[in-house]
Amino acid sequence: MTVEKQVARDEPENEFTTIHHVYEPHRAGIPPLRDYAEELWRRREFATEMSKASLRSANTLTVFGQVWLILNPLMLAGVYFLLVQVLSGGHHGWGFFAQLTAGLFTFYFIMGSMMGGASSVVGGGRLLLNTAFPRLLMPFSAVRTAFFRFLPTLPVYLAFHLIAGQPFTLGTLCAIPFLLLIIAFCLGLASFFATLQVYFRDTTSFMPYLNRVWLYLSPVLWSIETVPPKFQPIIHVLEFVNPLYSLIGGFADALVHGAVPPGQTWLAAMCWSFGTFVIGCLFFMSREREFAVRL
Amino acid sequence: MSSLSASKPTPGITVKVDNLSITYRTTFERVPTFKKAVVRFGRGQRAVREVHALRDVSFEVADGTALGIIGNNGAGKSTLMRAISGILPPTKGRIEVNGRISPLLSLGVGFNANLSGRENIILGGLASGLSRRAVEQRAEEVTAFADLQEFIDAPMRTYSSGMYSRLAFSVAVHMDPDILMIDEALSAGDATFKSKAAAKMAELRSSARAMFLVSHSMASIQQLCTDAIWLHKGKLIMRGAPDEVIEAYTTFVDVGESAVILEDL
Repeated sequence: MTVEKQVARDEPENEFTTIHHVYEPHRAGIPPLRDYAEELWRRREFATEMSKASLRSANTLTVFGQVWLILNPLMLAGVYFLLVQVLSGGHHGWGFFAQLTAGLFTFYFIMGSMMGGASSVVGGGRLLLNTAFPRLLMPFSAVRTAFFRFLPTLPVYLAFHLIAGQPFTLGTLCAIPFLLLIIAFCLGLASFFATLQVYFRDTTSFMPYLNRVWLYLSPVLWSIETVPPKFQPIIHVLEFVNPLYSLIGGFADALVHGAVPPGQTWLAAMCWSFGTFVIGCLFFMSREREFAVRL
Repeated sequence: MSSLSASKPTPGITVKVDNLSITYRTTFERVPTFKKAVVRFGRGQRAVREVHALRDVSFEVADGTALGIIGNNGAGKSTLMRAISGILPPTKGRIEVNGRISPLLSLGVGFNANLSGRENIILGGLASGLSRRAVEQRAEEVTAFADLQEFIDAPMRTYSSGMYSRLAFSVAVHMDPDILMIDEALSAGDATFKSKAAAKMAELRSSARAMFLVSHSMASIQQLCTDAIWLHKGKLIMRGAPDEVIEAYTTFVDVGESAVILEDL
């Protein structure tokens, strides 16, 4: 008993997890959500540390690592700009380039979360086998990593924003809630693919193709206003089936043009974001206790 | 036996397992892929197999017990350890654990070979719910005990297997566990480290509330445990003093003296 008291005194913040556990079968595989969320929050530092460690091991925190983080999407933006310029007969200016970089950087953040999330659980093999903790920390930490790779690209975008002479208005602030919605979407997406990867280890091999198609179907290389009339019917379909249509569309609208996105975009973005978050996390949680025997 | 309320710990009992059954489904493919799943689906086959790892196991472990778990391969020993650690959920029954559990020693730290030893220690500690301050302080103790000061900031892929198991052992014993879980990993490191480890184990046996030891080495069970259970094909066959259980087990498997010579400790 003295040991118990000592532990409780040394680490009051862990009182909940240190002293007493009861394990019982879960109904339908979902653990008690409140306890789970509490545990998740209590151990958030693990996700932070995990993400920091992976950034460190990929040399992301060195000067050249940072430079590369900026250079890589910038060159991509350059290539796509040239491509679109050639294909459309060369009438795009700086404004379009600013829009392209905003969309592309955001798109790569989402794809980074998806790829990182997919390999997070399988890559954490040993830890999952010997320690009991809320596994959702793994994909969440991957999203944090992707976000910290995305951050240094924001000032680059701002530079192009200024060069292109795009406005800063009150509407620009709408980019912040959209970014939050995108992050929630990423968390759900990462959890979903993390689970899938445990069962089908070739999931990450399909991803580059999925990414490419998704890029072309999202308003990144093209903007919603400039779509020729003959493609309008497709756009109406995309509006409903492609989550990035509203998420990236709304984000870019606010950030690049300083415009408040229409209500419909807000609604669609929120539905996709919360829906993906809830479904992705629940799917993950319903399966996470099985990971130990599947790895 | 199972009429206790869920929120109150039973006094004097560290671990209480009630009618525990664990059945899980796993695949017998080495690397499950979508491609193979499609091919299999086309042939109408399934690669999922149901494993009845534990069947209706009940026992209690009082404070101050060192429990040895013996049994053949596939008897459910490791599953039982994982269930008590909260890694595998029960399919039926209930487990009550009163105290903090060390990470399972057989698997140790080092889940990511590209990270340094220190990063692995810190991540493992944070995952098991320690605070940052506590973990950082312990990382030093762990390093000193494992005698790895020189290499602790090098990536773990550069470690020798001895360094690896030394670190794993040190992590498990330094997280101040109330309950120490050891899954056949006593052969850690060289002779010097072994005697150090044995001394630490003896110390922990007096300070930790309970210890679980899975081993095929009857000698170490006899030496370290005050109580033993014998599992066979997921069923609890016998519980009693280590000598009696070991005797019954060795008679059952009929290995005689020859197996003892092959033991690693």
